[in-house]
Amino acid sequence: MAAIIKVDHLSKFFKDIRAVEDISFTVEEGDIYGFLGQNGAGKSTTIRMLLTLIEPTKGSIEIFGKNLKTNRKEILRLIGAVIERPDLYKYLTAYENLSIFSRMSGVRLSRKQLMDQLESVGLAARALHKVKTYSQGMKQRLGVAVALVHNPQLIILDEPTNGLDPQGIADVRNLILHLSRHQKKTIFVSSHLLNEIEMVANRMLILDKGKKMVEGNVRELFDPNRILVKVEIDNPEAIREKIKTTRWKDLIRESTNRHLLFQLNRQQIPELTRDLITMGASILAVQPRHSLEEYFLSLTTPNQHVDAFTN
Amino acid sequence: MWTLLQIELFKIFKRPRTYIAFVAIAAIVSLIQLALYLDGDTYMDFLMQSLGSFEVNGPIMNGYFVCYTILQTLLVHVPLLIALIGGDMIAGEANMGTLRLLISKPISRSTLLLSKFIATTIYTLLLLVWMSILSLGLSIAIFGTSDLAIFQSELFIQIPKSDVFWRYLAAFCFAALAMTTVAALSFFLSLFAENSIGPIVATMSIIIVFTILTTLGLPLFERINPYLFTSHMLGWKGFFNVQVDAENNVIQGSIDGVSSIFRSAIILFAHIMFFVGGGILIFRKKDVLS
Repeated sequence: MAAIIKVDHLSKFFKDIRAVEDISFTVEEGDIYGFLGQNGAGKSTTIRMLLTLIEPTKGSIEIFGKNLKTNRKEILRLIGAVIERPDLYKYLTAYENLSIFSRMSGVRLSRKQLMDQLESVGLAARALHKVKTYSQGMKQRLGVAVALVHNPQLIILDEPTNGLDPQGIADVRNLILHLSRHQKKTIFVSSHLLNEIEMVANRMLILDKGKKMVEGNVRELFDPNRILVKVEIDNPEAIREKIKTTRWKDLIRESTNRHLLFQLNRQQIPELTRDLITMGASILAVQPRHSLEEYFLSLTTPNQHVDAFTN
Repeated sequence: MWTLLQIELFKIFKRPRTYIAFVAIAAIVSLIQLALYLDGDTYMDFLMQSLGSFEVNGPIMNGYFVCYTILQTLLVHVPLLIALIGGDMIAGEANMGTLRLLISKPISRSTLLLSKFIATTIYTLLLLVWMSILSLGLSIAIFGTSDLAIFQSELFIQIPKSDVFWRYLAAFCFAALAMTTVAALSFFLSLFAENSIGPIVATMSIIIVFTILTTLGLPLFERINPYLFTSHMLGWKGFFNVQVDAENNVIQGSIDGVSSIFRSAIILFAHIMFFVGGGILIFRKKDVLS
């Protein structure tokens, strides 16, 4: 697979604020690449550098095998993007907005082609209404239509589900999968929600405070052998002693008050539960949680940090 | 560039606020014309009282005179109407969130900025054409034509009817240059803001402060006055400064102080180049964070 985006030791500093610090990653052709991080992690700053809105302080970006700085126009012709909110000209209609941005992207489409594009995002019936009368979901769909109007090879979506209702979120998710599977587009999508990325992406990167924390194949990162199971027990002291003599002792990752944390694979969960009951444990709750999820939560809520994943 | 210019003009003329300036000018011009039509004699008496009594041939209250009166009043206020659009060109896009979308398109930033400035200039020129149609065309239609009488403190100048029209055309061309300077200033300030109120207020503040410096007459400011664009914005009046022969008759087609008008035009043009050139240099490197 050819590298579509190659970011090499990229940094962006705003005076003394290190928004992005020395990140490197590669997005390959056909990838749905999830770019995950909490708010303020540096996702939008990175995307803005990919779209030449801001200039990197250090490092380089290659897109389609060419240096972005020296081949800006050529590269941007092949990119469609929705950057944060889908802000468009509110005093113009959806049709006029789409027409303007298609011409700015270097393509001149017929009325029928533009209407077909609006039809594909379910806006044909409202095509001649001003955007100021649209709901957030409709604006988001129009933003997607604008991003796709010139048939780009790479699509960059910055938090595309922000502000959407559950149906809108599902629509965006289906659209991403459709574009990848049926139109063979490469998609770079940022989000602060792990499950959103898990559902669509094949590769992902977690960013925290501007630094790369984890990168890899989503299937591997969500390995079923790396589930953290939190068991809440009413009589923990006695059970802790008994566990020391069993095969579960090596799988304990943390032990606090009434909680025991085990790293297991999915099949071991019922076995552990049975054994604990046999040991006489009064189990109050068994809470399986993926280790990546635990790790990501530890980033968003630092006081509950668990080292299981990184260990 | 042509496509971008078309898009920018389309966007300008699709916005309701664009027409505020056209409506405002129509309202002001109509009010002045109505006032002079109904009560012009009182106004003429007021102007003539400082000159003592002498005889004037032909009707002084005519289309040319009304136009001159309107221009004197209006060209001081038009900069605000120009700044409404110029100040909105970049800051307005940043405020709407569309600037980032524009910059992520395969267009060079310089071309984008230049097309926006040309669109602003076209808007400015159309505003002046509209003003000339109303203030000159409509005034001629209502009041007719005759010699143009101009009152300058204790001086009374009467320019023959046949020698007036071209002076207005030249005056409007000069006014276009002056107003384009205002457009360039508001456009330049628009680069540094994320909503259009700031650049509009800043443009008007600069014009007001510079005008005060120009009119104060303090020796300290006299040195910088020749370089302030506000000192040259009323240069259009120079086209109505005529030369006279030994018998005090106006020399047809003459202008007294052509070099002063040229110098003013060059200074205004230099300001436009500075604002637009500086704007492009800044915009090319600017981080778009809106």
